[in-house]
Amino acid sequence: MLLRRVIPCLDVKDGRVVKGVRFVDLTDEGDPPELARRYAEAGADEICFLDITAAPEGRGTLLDIVERTASQVFVPLSVGGGVRSALEMRDVLRAGADKVAVNTAAVDDPDLVKTCARRFGSQCVVISVDARAVPREPGRWEVVVKGGRVPTGLDAVEWIERCVANGAGEVLLTSIDRDGTQEGFDIELLRTVTDLVNVPVIASGGAGSPADMTAAVTEGNADAVLAASIFHRDIHSIEAVKADMAAAGVPVRLGGGNA
Amino acid sequence: MSEPIRVAVVDYGAGNLVSIRNALRQLGAEVSVAEAPQQLEGAEVILVPGVGASEAAMGRLRRQALVEPIVERVRGGTWFVGICLGLQLLFENSHEDGARMLGLLEGDVEVIPHAPSLPHIGWNRLEMQRPHPVLDGLADGTPAYFVHSYVPVPADPHIVIAQTEHGGRFASVVARDRILGFQFHPERSGRDGLRMLRNTLELIAADRPAAAEMRA
Repeated sequence: MLLRRVIPCLDVKDGRVVKGVRFVDLTDEGDPPELARRYAEAGADEICFLDITAAPEGRGTLLDIVERTASQVFVPLSVGGGVRSALEMRDVLRAGADKVAVNTAAVDDPDLVKTCARRFGSQCVVISVDARAVPREPGRWEVVVKGGRVPTGLDAVEWIERCVANGAGEVLLTSIDRDGTQEGFDIELLRTVTDLVNVPVIASGGAGSPADMTAAVTEGNADAVLAASIFHRDIHSIEAVKADMAAAGVPVRLGGGNA
Repeated sequence: MSEPIRVAVVDYGAGNLVSIRNALRQLGAEVSVAEAPQQLEGAEVILVPGVGASEAAMGRLRRQALVEPIVERVRGGTWFVGICLGLQLLFENSHEDGARMLGLLEGDVEVIPHAPSLPHIGWNRLEMQRPHPVLDGLADGTPAYFVHSYVPVPADPHIVIAQTEHGGRFASVVARDRILGFQFHPERSGRDGLRMLRNTLELIAADRPAAAEMRA
């Protein structure tokens, strides 16, 4: 039986790890490979880098970071943010990433997921979706892009179904309403998506406590939970999250470690 | 380990070699990349990594004229370590695409039976079947990282030293003579995965006198 994963996410800007509340107010929180290694050692089942570097000239730095990370981190590495083409995805995979998440670029080019899945295999193509609840329409979410700033008019659930049909092997689902709030995941959103698709869904946005993360799995049926601030600020450890999950009967990888 | 183990990692364009190369180097092995037969020269172990489809992989190995040299060397006492697709290539026929493979082990490659989801991606447990030095220090139920849809079905069940359940059960570690295969990615399986690679290198080091005699 597949074990449920706990994934720390490192937001990277210009080669440094940052994490903001609701994507503003960024504060510098360290060197990506070093933080990744620390998390792998602490039991992370996977590491996620989200590159939020705006300027194209900052992009080379990401490949260097991925390469340095892959040389010392021995758990899977996912990279997202700013990958706009199959060629760029190839470069990130060659640098040592196991999976690449696409978000805005997939909305701009609906064939991107299909092209990448055919070329590299579904197992390394993650569709990353930032979803925002549609006001006064319960049970509906809209896809927003560019770090949650720009609405697209796309229905999030339909969009996810389409991407999975096109070959996305995993869904990274972020609730923009909850992101950075530490008020818990949007369970209804998770439930709606996990009921619908047959690929793993990673819950993101809103993690405030180990109990929140357990609920994302037991109530939201998420295959994995992703969080940033609560890990970076040492509010809760990965170990504490897994202990809470294990106590609730969720199969997890205990012990862990990197090398 | 006295002298570093000389590992030739076969590069036939099936996936990145970064992770496995780094893991082996971290463990003190001397790693070279082999794209052509002469680059297998001097290697104590041939390591075949890879993800993807068997027919395409066999096609590339043939074009690089690597099939015969690999089989001959392994029959002549060189160690073989197969990871994921590299393990599957050890067997005879693939039901994925009808590929005829290396045939160093008897049995075919089939899709995971009764799988609730495919591909099988993520952490899953190793159910230890029999003691083997490669699994030294690893508890029954140790998690490992998998990315695949197909699995080998060995004709001889005794070569299965660990199995894994994903709907049906399948062989996740096989060992016979100087042949080892992992259906998962030890280089992505954290401390436990590195432990298996370290065990592998130590096993090869301990076998040095016998292997050298056989190759001579």
